[in-house]
This record gives sequence, C-alpha cells and structure tokens, in this order.
Amino acid sequence: MPKLAEPPAVAAKFKAGDRVRVRKTAPLGHIRTPFYIRGHAGEIERLCGAFPNPEELAQMRSGLPAQPLYRVRFRQKEVWPDYRGPDSDVVEIEIFQHWLEKA
Amino acid sequence: MNDQGAYKPFTYYQLMETSLRELLVEKGILSDEQVNAEVAAMRARQPERGARVVARAWTEAAYKKRLLANATAACEELGLEIPGLHLVAVENTPQVHNAIVCTLCSCYPRVLLGIPPDWYKSRNYRSRMVREPRAVLAEFGLRIPDGTQIRVHDSTADMRYLVLPMRPKGTEDWDEARLAGIVTRDAMIGVAVPTVTGG
Repeated sequence: MPKLAEPPAVAAKFKAGDRVRVRKTAPLGHIRTPFYIRGHAGEIERLCGAFPNPEELAQMRSGLPAQPLYRVRFRQKEVWPDYRGPDSDVVEIEIFQHWLEKA
Repeated sequence: MNDQGAYKPFTYYQLMETSLRELLVEKGILSDEQVNAEVAAMRARQPERGARVVARAWTEAAYKKRLLANATAACEELGLEIPGLHLVAVENTPQVHNAIVCTLCSCYPRVLLGIPPDWYKSRNYRSRMVREPRAVLAEFGLRIPDGTQIRVHDSTADMRYLVLPMRPKGTEDWDEARLAGIVTRDAMIGVAVPTVTGG
C-alpha cells in the first residue's frame, strides 16, 4: 500500500534544550495550554511531532497546517514560588508551538 | 437501573449520555450492538497489558531501549494494538521519579491500563498533582526522598504516558510472567512502586 501523504505542517522553530516562554494570553475556546503555565519559562525537552491544532478542531475545522507539539520542562520552583520540595523537581507539559516564544 | 441494581434518578451526564445514544441508534448512525461491543472492549482492557510491557523491559535491555525511544512501536511489537496513539514511556531511576496527571481532563493510556480509576479524574488529584506532588504521593503511601527529582507529566495534548518503574530488588531470578504479576496500575501511573509482595 502506498504511504499516505503527511498532512501539511508548520516548520518546527525550537529544538531540545531551547529556552521558551509560554504566551500569557487568555483566548476563548478549547485551549490545551493549562492556565497555570501561561507566562512561565521552561526548556524544550523534545519535539513530539506535528498535530492538528486542537483549537481549530474544536471549531469543526481541519486544524491544518499541523502545529509542532513540544514537551516543555519547567522548574516547579519557578512555576510555584512557594513550592514545597527540592529545587530539582519539575513539571513537563505538552505545548503547541503557537503558544511558545523564545525566552 | 445502575450496576448495583438500585433505581436512582439519572444524573445530568447519565441523561445526556442516554439521550445522545438513543438518538444515534434511532437515526441508524450506531446500533445497540456496536455500543455494547465497544463498552465490552473497553472493559476488557486491563492494566495487565501495561504490566507485560514493563516486565519485558525489565528482562530485555534492548527492548527497554526501544520502549524508551518509541513506546508505540515497542507495544505493537508485543501485539498490543495502539490505534492512533502516541505513547511515551518515562523511566524511574534512583535519581528520578515520574508521575502522570492530566490537569485539563483525564487523558490516560487506556489501551495499556484500561479504564482510569475515579481518583485520576478527580479535581483533587488533577489540581494538586502539579502543585504539591510530594504531598499527594505521600497520601498514596509513597514517600520520595528529597534527593530524588520528581517529574510530573501533565498529559495535555496528543501524547499518552507510561511510567516504567524500577525493578525491585529480590526479583533477580524471576521470569517475565512472575514479574508482570507485581506491576500494578498505580505503579505505571507513578503513584506507587512495585514491591516483591506485589502490594
């Protein structure tokens, strides 16, 4: 069987180790970027691939071109200044590229 | 009628589910048989599937490497169907303890672990696991030393996660099937660790 064509995707702007900040914005609709992480800076752990944009899918649109999805690692102490635990503890979250800017 | 056989008024979501299901059947989009078959298939998926994957990784170093590189492909190698899912396996070590949560809803690797436990879907677990994971784990009876990093994975988009726990000491001469017997659902979510007694 011939391989199906990959859906069109936006080019990945970041690579593992890059410092990024999550955009601090509050658009309406179906958003997969948790509120608690908006505005915080972290480090790209890996690129997961490109996936249709869930904000568009929720509006019954195609979600294409697909958006690169990353796993981003944040220090708990940076996310929650009163975090009770060692400095090394982290939280890792999947975030779409259009929510990230260079930190 | 609920599973226990007692009559109770429908809750809001039960009423929504029943109404939608009856409409879909009435319009010929789905049949009752299809709905029942899907429910049966969902119930048939149990954490034993994930335990097989963990036990294989514990006994075969090359398999573990493949699992950590591409968990979807590694599960398919064992004949586990992972339809359209992107699985990521995260490895516990003496330096790192991993735990999984979905703060936005209740994303869960159902193909490997079956139906999620109620607590996984609770607001309590979902909101506190990212905020105070050490306190939440302690409530599960799991105390992680300060020298071990905790990595909480918030499963917010297209990936699903499986924790690869550490193989307990004292199991060196165990075979794969016996090892699989002590890998619990909670250990693969990261709120417990396997013990030789399987408790």
